[in-house]
Amino acid sequence: MSKRSVADLKIGERATIKSFNDQWMSLKLLEMGCLPGTEVCLHCKAPLGDPICLNVSGYCLSMRKSEAATILVE
Amino acid sequence: MVSREPAGTFPLRSFQKDSLKASPVLALIGNPNAGKSSLFNQLTGLRQKTGNFPGVTVETKTGVCVLDPHTEATVVDLPGVYSIYPKSPDEQIVTDILANPGHSNFPDVAIVVVDASNLRRNLLLFTQIIDLGVPVVLALNMLDVARQQHQEINAVKLSMRLGVPVVRLNARTGDGIDLLRKAILGQLQEPTLPEKLFFDPAEQVAELIADTKEKYQLDNNYLALQYIIQHDGFSFLDRRQRIGLDAIIDKYQFSEADFQAKETIGRYQRIALVVSESVTDRRPLNQSTWSQRIDKVLLHPVAGYLIFALVLLLIFQAIFAWAQPFMDAIDEGVAYLNGSLKDALPDGPMTDLLTDGILAGIGGILVFIPQIAALFLLISVLEESGYMSRVMVLMDRIMRRFGLNGRSVVPLISSVACAVPAIMATRSIATRRDRLITILVTPLMSCSARLPIYTILIALVVPEQQILGLLNLQGVVLMALYLLGLIAALLAAFVFKKLLKVKERSFFIMELPTFKWPRWNHVGLSVWDSVRSFVWEAGRVILAISIILWVLASYGPGESMEKAEQTAQQNYANAPGAIREGHIASQRLEASYAGRFGHFIEPAIKPLGYDWKIGIALLSSFAAREVFVGTMATIYSIGDGSDNADVTVRERLRSERNPETGGAMYTPALAFSLMVFYVFAMMCMSTLATTYRETKEWKWPVIQLLYMTGLAYISAFAVYQLFK
Repeated sequence: MSKRSVADLKIGERATIKSFNDQWMSLKLLEMGCLPGTEVCLHCKAPLGDPICLNVSGYCLSMRKSEAATILVE
Repeated sequence: MVSREPAGTFPLRSFQKDSLKASPVLALIGNPNAGKSSLFNQLTGLRQKTGNFPGVTVETKTGVCVLDPHTEATVVDLPGVYSIYPKSPDEQIVTDILANPGHSNFPDVAIVVVDASNLRRNLLLFTQIIDLGVPVVLALNMLDVARQQHQEINAVKLSMRLGVPVVRLNARTGDGIDLLRKAILGQLQEPTLPEKLFFDPAEQVAELIADTKEKYQLDNNYLALQYIIQHDGFSFLDRRQRIGLDAIIDKYQFSEADFQAKETIGRYQRIALVVSESVTDRRPLNQSTWSQRIDKVLLHPVAGYLIFALVLLLIFQAIFAWAQPFMDAIDEGVAYLNGSLKDALPDGPMTDLLTDGILAGIGGILVFIPQIAALFLLISVLEESGYMSRVMVLMDRIMRRFGLNGRSVVPLISSVACAVPAIMATRSIATRRDRLITILVTPLMSCSARLPIYTILIALVVPEQQILGLLNLQGVVLMALYLLGLIAALLAAFVFKKLLKVKERSFFIMELPTFKWPRWNHVGLSVWDSVRSFVWEAGRVILAISIILWVLASYGPGESMEKAEQTAQQNYANAPGAIREGHIASQRLEASYAGRFGHFIEPAIKPLGYDWKIGIALLSSFAAREVFVGTMATIYSIGDGSDNADVTVRERLRSERNPETGGAMYTPALAFSLMVFYVFAMMCMSTLATTYRETKEWKWPVIQLLYMTGLAYISAFAVYQLFK
């Protein structure tokens, strides 16, 4: 299960961030509050399934699926 | 252990000032959507102005705030950012100012506005700013939202933990602004800074920091770190200084990205401690706010696009139908003024210059204000409410295919009114390549200046009839022209995406703000700003070119103009006054420099079906496309100022004969060729000037001019040859 990322979540599913596999992207995600150990919840997806909207530390963050795939979850 | 002890103190920089500066500078800093602009309006009232930061094209808002009867401060509203590491061109300015105490906008006190309902993320930026050594007041905003989400914030504890004054306020209603003023005055008179840096880089890379501080005479550890990580973006450093910093990085084999990640995580860890002590959070774990429930509808695969289509329809309705009466009124007003001036002033070149040159030019600018105001009224309401962010999410996937970005939607919609504010709206696009492509293709969207041309040509060749019982054929053709522009913009973007191979990666990480009721004073200010920037930015160019064109059309080489007038006088000696005048004007125009230019380019535009008369109109519409109609009126010798200029021009065009075929000159083939030409052609100096200003390279306006004109020429040629 170690390869699962936020991009694999289903709507309404929650998961805890474990690590990132892309440093450049991780800098931006960290600043937005996506920290290892934080719980996220997939809130909704745009039509065509991309971008996605995440609930993270109390607010809603949208990102592309490819960006979500860099956030690995437990 | 080089600098464990001095870390966090500021030995070289004394904040003890003998007296207050004549006009202290305050900077407003905060995350997007934290209520920064509301607070700015509360502090400055209407005493604010928009301008550019010196040397860069990022717009700044400054205003005057009265702190007490003796102290007035300048308030600078900085762009909303999430951290001190910029992600888009407009964010760069924040770091550029805060890391450079020599900057004219460097604040004496920074007011950091934080959204209390999202304290953790908002505090990240705050801790970076205090670590730069700027005296700070923390403005705790949106406490009402936090309370609704069952969070209580203890401002006293927060202030003690962070070591700065904290003021509770409501930026929308103005509650707590007086306390903020007091706190700012306190910080101005006796600046207090926390004793220790919140995150001290010297704890981990002491030698690197000490080395940088010494070489660049810095007294702040965090500023030294910013020199190391961000020096490429600092406009105040010269090349030699940058090379020196690169050398330090090499010497210590410092990895900027690794350290930046460590810093962010480190800050968040400490912020979590602060927040856990000062915030009581009783949020239910899996609450779904009403904002999220609305998202389910707005981002629904079917309903989402349907709602967006309706919103677009509303925007078009506003631009084309609701703005029309105002535009007619402006048109008539200018025509009336022009007529009265001509009657009142003595005949002569100066009067002509004033009326037909300058006043006509100003009229050509003013007439677009209603459409631009209507468009930006709606766009600003959509942005204020939070819907625009959903549109970006909705469209990102589709736009990405074409090398654009979800954020390109706003510029593309805006350019239906005018490409100038649209290009300026691209500043929020974080990736340079996406932004550049958006700038390059935006003028392909049909702006409102093309509409008069479309209208007159469609009325000329498309019969007014219903198809399928409900659609007006003329309307369908008009819509097709707009669609043609949109499709061309997307395809051009696709080509540029293939051509511009940049290593830079595109990204789309964006906060979706909760839905809010629009603040009408903000909407008003935003409409005012876009109208002002259009009149000022585009207006100057249009006016200048109108005057030049007037000169070209009024004067000719040597005696040619007089000769032309005499010939016309003789030939039409028996014609009634008005008709004779018309013919004289037409003959004079042919003999003028503009007329000569028309003849000169005739061979080049012949394959498109155009003659020298259309050549003059093409030249004249380079200032502003809608001048086309007016020029046609003059060329075809219809005295100007008549009530129904459009109808007269149309009648006159209809009766124009082609000297070669003997048939009608304005055949459907020619009219469609002209329409297609105007859809694609880059006939707008203001847009080119704006492209240059926004890209800071002449290369891009030149490319824009060449590819659009080439596209226009080839397509018009194809259309004419096909339908001929």
